[in-house]
Amino acid sequence: MRSKSVATLAGVSALALYSSIALGSKYNLPEPQSVIAKDIYDQHILLMWICLVIFIGVFGVMFYSVLKHRKSLGYKAANFHHSTAVEIIWTVIPCIILVVMAYPATKTVIAMKDTSSPDMTIKATGYQWMWGYDYLQGEGEGISFYSKLSTPRAQVENKAPKGENYLLEVDNRVVVPVGKKVRIILTANDVIHAWWIPALGIKQDAVPGFIRDTWFTADKPGVYRGQCAELCGKDHGFMPIVVEVMEAGEYSKWVAQQSSSAVKTSMHVENK
Amino acid sequence: MRNKLLIFTLIMFVFGFALVPFYEKFCEVTGINNLLKPDVLVKDNKVDEERWITVEFDANTRGLPWSFKPLQTSARIHPGESVNVMYEITNNSEREINGQAIPSYSPRFLDKHLKKFECFCFTKQVLKPNETRQMPVQFVIEPGLPIDVQTVTISYTFFELPEGNVPVKK
Amino acid sequence: MAAVHGDAHGHEHDDHHPSGIMRWITTTNHKDIGTMYLWFSFTMFLTGGTLALGIRAELFQPGIQILQPELFNQFTTLHGLIMVFGAIMPAFVGFANWQVPLMIGAPDMAFARMNNWSFWLLIPAATLLVSSFFVPGGAAAGGWTFYPPLSTQGGLGVDLMIFAVHILGASSIMGSINIITTILNMRAPGMTLMKMPMFVWTWLITAYLLVLVMPVLAGVVTMLLTDRHFGTSFFNAAGGGDPVMFQHIFWFFGHPEVYIMILPSFGIVSEVIPTFSRKPLFGYSSMVYATASIAILSCVVWAHHMFTAGMPTVGQLFFMYATMLIAVPTGVKVFNWTATMWRGSMSFETPMLFSIGFIFLFVIGGFSGVICAIVPIDIQVQDTYYVIAHFHYVLVSGSLFALFAGAYYWIPKWTGRMYNETLGKWHFWLSMFFFNLTFFVQHFLGLAGMPRRIPDYNLQFADFNMISSIGAFGFGLSQILFLYIMISTIRSGEKAPQKPWDGATTLEWTHLPTPAPYHSFEKPPVVN
Repeated sequence: MRSKSVATLAGVSALALYSSIALGSKYNLPEPQSVIAKDIYDQHILLMWICLVIFIGVFGVMFYSVLKHRKSLGYKAANFHHSTAVEIIWTVIPCIILVVMAYPATKTVIAMKDTSSPDMTIKATGYQWMWGYDYLQGEGEGISFYSKLSTPRAQVENKAPKGENYLLEVDNRVVVPVGKKVRIILTANDVIHAWWIPALGIKQDAVPGFIRDTWFTADKPGVYRGQCAELCGKDHGFMPIVVEVMEAGEYSKWVAQQSSSAVKTSMHVENK
Repeated sequence: MRNKLLIFTLIMFVFGFALVPFYEKFCEVTGINNLLKPDVLVKDNKVDEERWITVEFDANTRGLPWSFKPLQTSARIHPGESVNVMYEITNNSEREINGQAIPSYSPRFLDKHLKKFECFCFTKQVLKPNETRQMPVQFVIEPGLPIDVQTVTISYTFFELPEGNVPVKK
Repeated sequence: MAAVHGDAHGHEHDDHHPSGIMRWITTTNHKDIGTMYLWFSFTMFLTGGTLALGIRAELFQPGIQILQPELFNQFTTLHGLIMVFGAIMPAFVGFANWQVPLMIGAPDMAFARMNNWSFWLLIPAATLLVSSFFVPGGAAAGGWTFYPPLSTQGGLGVDLMIFAVHILGASSIMGSINIITTILNMRAPGMTLMKMPMFVWTWLITAYLLVLVMPVLAGVVTMLLTDRHFGTSFFNAAGGGDPVMFQHIFWFFGHPEVYIMILPSFGIVSEVIPTFSRKPLFGYSSMVYATASIAILSCVVWAHHMFTAGMPTVGQLFFMYATMLIAVPTGVKVFNWTATMWRGSMSFETPMLFSIGFIFLFVIGGFSGVICAIVPIDIQVQDTYYVIAHFHYVLVSGSLFALFAGAYYWIPKWTGRMYNETLGKWHFWLSMFFFNLTFFVQHFLGLAGMPRRIPDYNLQFADFNMISSIGAFGFGLSQILFLYIMISTIRSGEKAPQKPWDGATTLEWTHLPTPAPYHSFEKPPVVN
């Protein structure tokens, strides 16, 4: 019996250790690059701490009991079976904890939903299996292109070594200026897809026949990668999303370059 | 006992079919999914000159060899003001195609404050091979739109209708 | 408990029942039907498990090795459907068939023939599901939630799945009506509702949930069927429908379904823990109320599966608050179990180990549940491996561990023989270790950004996926040990006494010999 309780304890501490590692970088949400993503990151950390405290509290009591109150140690069973006071306490306390959790979440939800007064609007259309982008408003209005996976087939079939951005690279990136509120309008051509960039804290389903919207403001220039998050058929795992955030000047250059080479893109996306 | 069961079965059977007119009436009264009917202008409609709203126009096609776009991508308007926008569709194929446009709005509650008097989405559109057509939408955004909404999007998606099939009843 | 019972007097009257295969086809005996349910569900569990191993084998390394993406999607879809509808649900109905009459002192289920029918419906349904792999176009590949328009695109496999779901739904509805009627009308004299064992209570509430939501599922798959073949446009924007409406209807079924799979396991654990703590269940009535409030709340939280589908702010907030609220009654249950163990005189036989393992891991699943309930965080983790980890913590280490606990706990009463305690403990520790190896790392995968239902992934996810796959194979193989333990118990286990667990207090232990006779409680016992 002893050895088993030791094993149990070892298991518990291993798990606890694991949870503390979970605060490290590889084990957590990606480094946040927007206000919303930062909120989400912080709330997740807060919740992890709350959960850890409750976890230690509840299982501390339970495993103390498991170790001490055993028949093999000759412990005699008590016979109590209810206590209204205790029951009320452990109903009320969780309610209070929930309020603590819900308060910041509510504020973030309201902020996430506020898509008004954007600096620019981009429409993303989900296709089986690629994305189409139309710059509807703001600087770059009229730019339109498709964005497809650029990882060679040979890498997927294990015939070539896989690169660092395996399955997370595309031929045409979505380019946006830094620090500007970008509103994304989403729709889909065939089935439901979802547009997701973890580092920007943004995920929204694209529903065929309807539009949905969401927004982000990137804090720093850089390249942020994400994937389609709603099962959309065979190549669901092969339609990544890559957003490149540029300084305002560079963005203007990019827009100019796009407009001059507009030959290869057409304003209105035909069917594939 | 057996009689009761028989009568009950009969009533349920009839009830099944009675649901069709029932739901039609229900949707008409509550205004649910009222996609194909023009709205009527409320009489005491006032234009709120103080307030500006940006309206973005968006167009999509699904499963259709059509080009479909608004002639202007956005407009700055006042609530209560009647707005006219033109859309253009072109059939790029060599066959005649029926299409039906389905509207969608952002924010989603815009449909409560949007009154459309004229729209190409009220009927199906039949385009001959390579035909181009310009079609208007005339609407008013009511001043009742919540004050914090400054940008709205009106989007249409054209779907192909199978020949001789009208899935949306008029 | 000084009651008289008929069974000790033996059976003068005859048990004329056919022998051989016809015994099983025609049987109306709740014990036979319960046994068949349990074997059926275990078979389906192994089938679904094989599919899971296929998935994990493909995900062992980046790149496409074993399953092409189409087949991979079929595997994930059928794994989900088979585990939910073929393994977990029938297993609980099997337990209800065996235990509800025994625990309330009833001779059999209320509708014995319907009972037979609701079991035998499962066979064609399972056949439809499994055989859909071999039809042109393969099995359904739109995920177990089969969202349109993707599921409108699928081939014959989707239709077979729809029919299978219809049949399974009919079977579940009949089963639950039977259970409700049995519990409400056939309790032994003196057994008031508030004296019923917790397992019976949880099943009563579960059965009501089933009757409430299974017709909704039948409705939604029928709408999908008519969309696919009869020109309706429920979920097609072109005809004025809305694909998101499917999600609302589906999850109105789907979320209570989650609790249908977990409430009976609360019941099993609430039987096992007092027995091995040799102490009555703490806070019996609050347990009943907690179960009922979980069931009621479960009907108003469905849209938390759809936070990214584009809901109005008010909707998101409502569903977030309601979902978080479920943590309260669930917490009450965990506290009650802890208080039951507190100052008990505990021993740790296999059923108790599985029950403690259940509480421990279910709480982890509960925590990740609360985290998923928070809309902003859910926006990040929805449809990622984090969610996969979350629901496997509540369904595998939740429902499945409780089923194992129940199986070890009651097998002496069912077969008259004792299982091998050493092997049972091995089974527990192996399952515990490999389960965590498989699913704990999936939390990290999800947080780091790996979507679910993808056959191939970026290199940054490679190490955790490899660990997870190793764990999955270990877990799968550990279940073969369970099969071995059960078969060897039935064939050659030691004879079990009438009451092998000295802390047990329910009627099947106190009033019936071991093994329970084919016809039990023909005269109802009297409960004081």
